[in-house]
Amino acid sequence: MKETLKKLVEAWGPSGYEHHVRDLIRAEVEPYADDIRVDGLGNLICRVGQGGTKVMIAAHMDEIGVMAMYQEKKSGYLRFTNIGGLLNTTMVGGRVKFEDGTIGVIGYSDYFGSGRTNVPELDHFFIDVSDGSESNGDAPQDKAARPAVFWRTMEERGTRWIAKSMDDRVGCLVAIETMRRLNKQTPNELYFVFTVQEEVGLRGARTAAYGVDPDLAIALDVTATGDLVQNLKMGIKLGGGAAIKVHDTGLVVPPAVRDWMIARAEADGIPYQLELLTLGTTDAAAAQTSRAGVPSGAISIPCRFVHTTSETVEISDVEACVRLLEGLLKNPAALPQ
Amino acid sequence: MNSHLRALSEAIGVSGKEDAVRKIVLSAIDGHASDIKIDPMGSVTGRKKASSADPLRETLRVMIAAHMDEVGFMLMGFDGDGLIRFTAIGGIDDRILPGMRVKIGDNHVPGVIVWTPIHKNREQAVVKMSNLRIDIGATSKDEAADRVKRGDRIAFDSQFVEGDTYLRGKSFDDRVGCALLIDLLQHEAPYPVEVLAAFTVQEEVGLRGAQVAAQTLKPDLAIVLENTAANDMPDPVDEPDEERDPAPQCRLGAGPVLTVMDPRLIVNPKLLAFVRRTAEKEGIAYQFKSILAGGTDGGSIHIANAGIPTAVISMPCRYLHRPSSVIHRRDYADVLKLVKAILHSVSKSDF
Repeated sequence: MKETLKKLVEAWGPSGYEHHVRDLIRAEVEPYADDIRVDGLGNLICRVGQGGTKVMIAAHMDEIGVMAMYQEKKSGYLRFTNIGGLLNTTMVGGRVKFEDGTIGVIGYSDYFGSGRTNVPELDHFFIDVSDGSESNGDAPQDKAARPAVFWRTMEERGTRWIAKSMDDRVGCLVAIETMRRLNKQTPNELYFVFTVQEEVGLRGARTAAYGVDPDLAIALDVTATGDLVQNLKMGIKLGGGAAIKVHDTGLVVPPAVRDWMIARAEADGIPYQLELLTLGTTDAAAAQTSRAGVPSGAISIPCRFVHTTSETVEISDVEACVRLLEGLLKNPAALPQ
Repeated sequence: MNSHLRALSEAIGVSGKEDAVRKIVLSAIDGHASDIKIDPMGSVTGRKKASSADPLRETLRVMIAAHMDEVGFMLMGFDGDGLIRFTAIGGIDDRILPGMRVKIGDNHVPGVIVWTPIHKNREQAVVKMSNLRIDIGATSKDEAADRVKRGDRIAFDSQFVEGDTYLRGKSFDDRVGCALLIDLLQHEAPYPVEVLAAFTVQEEVGLRGAQVAAQTLKPDLAIVLENTAANDMPDPVDEPDEERDPAPQCRLGAGPVLTVMDPRLIVNPKLLAFVRRTAEKEGIAYQFKSILAGGTDGGSIHIANAGIPTAVISMPCRYLHRPSSVIHRRDYADVLKLVKAILHSVSKSDF
């Protein structure tokens, strides 16, 4: 799983520009799907099995990033805006990567002065992409209106994996690994959807759910933890197992869906924890209100430092999520009455 | 420049009551589109069939949207002294209101938003809309209620003015888009694609008409014709900000503005690249929009049903959402030229 995850987290795919990640995932899952298509928004939809309960499993391909808006004539610096939710406190000195591989550095004019203790607004930052050729005339404007992602390589520390875009490439990994283990054997009709544009408003999940029209939906995404010194009041911790979502800001998981997942975890001896998140939501919220409504839940991977370039997960939690998802899908998907 | 632009600009069509604009649109497209329908929300849709197509190729169905509604106000109630209480419909900057001319309801009853004279009022900061009133010259509640009623829409009172280079008027957002769409339909020869025109309602209050229109029309591709805020006038600040270059990204006369990203839409990169290539082939200069302010019908269109690739092409416009917006004639011609070129060359592989 580690090799696949490294490829996924180090791939380039800000919201709206997921094509590289889509190509990568498609190559990984092709042998394990009966049918693959791409919808009008770019979602990668992989069907496994035919007949039986239609279950949509969603993991998003996009990551947060920045959109360079224009280049200042005098300085050559790029001014930018956010793609998805950024933390201004993580900006200065950070590296971003454009699609063509150019590395930019984020700066702020007074970072040694007022910037030491105050967090500026996003429009006060800039990106430096100068390469030394500027003395020959104006630097080319080709980075205007182009997106970039935050750049960092993946690390391993004991049983932890640390990387940018764990949110939600680790969710994609869980889906891919589950597809591998199922190997096309399921009594259900499964739609593994690798969605686009989750970070800017669950947009891909909305159109994917409309197209797939499932009976049940499960999102795979990261969730925050409460086990850090600064203590988010949450009951989730690294090493506590697969997080079964109860409720977040966009979704109240129907008790039947939650109980179905708990029953499977208990039956298969899979470590699990119950998740209540007050900081955000997932693709499941968009699936739930699609068409005439879809019972939806989520399996979350506990993650520290969400939306930084050092998102940290515990390997055994990831494995627990795969085992839980596989257990749910290789048996007939039926909600307890 | 479409001859209907004056009438379109001066009509009152505040979100939710676009009747006057709809009337002008219907008469303008009569004979230039088939299957003209008014949907349950009030949007007008019509079809311009493709030229006799190659039977082996599926004809692309392209939705083109422009919204009929404008920002404005609604009459909420009457004070005992005949002054009128009102609220905003759509995004209005409170700071522009005091002393402003307005017209109310179907009869365009003229009014003025009150403004206390300066010698009684030197310290006044921005007054909240809820504390402002409209004066229609009535001296009692009954007299006012005789002439206007609760729920009446209230619009800026501005005349459309045409110059050699610039045009000035209210609600260029998005009557200029409507004029462009009428021009596209009135174009004599058919396009190689089927054009599904949508004159939408209630964009300014949540992109609502477009959502329903897209869900119904189910196009393969959508193009939204909008207006976007030009920022080519200097900021009136005491000290110039030395930290940054004054670098306007949206100028009048510099060509169509292509949306890359806004708060509700990230344009498909392949489609964006196609639009850019088309502009370059036609020798049309263009500009980009990638700021997180505003939103267009594209925001609700692209996530309708199973997803619709959508591009937004905007006119640069000074003083948006104000009584006196200003546009440049050349931009109008260039936007029209660009959209026609797109319609004549787009194919499935371009998005």
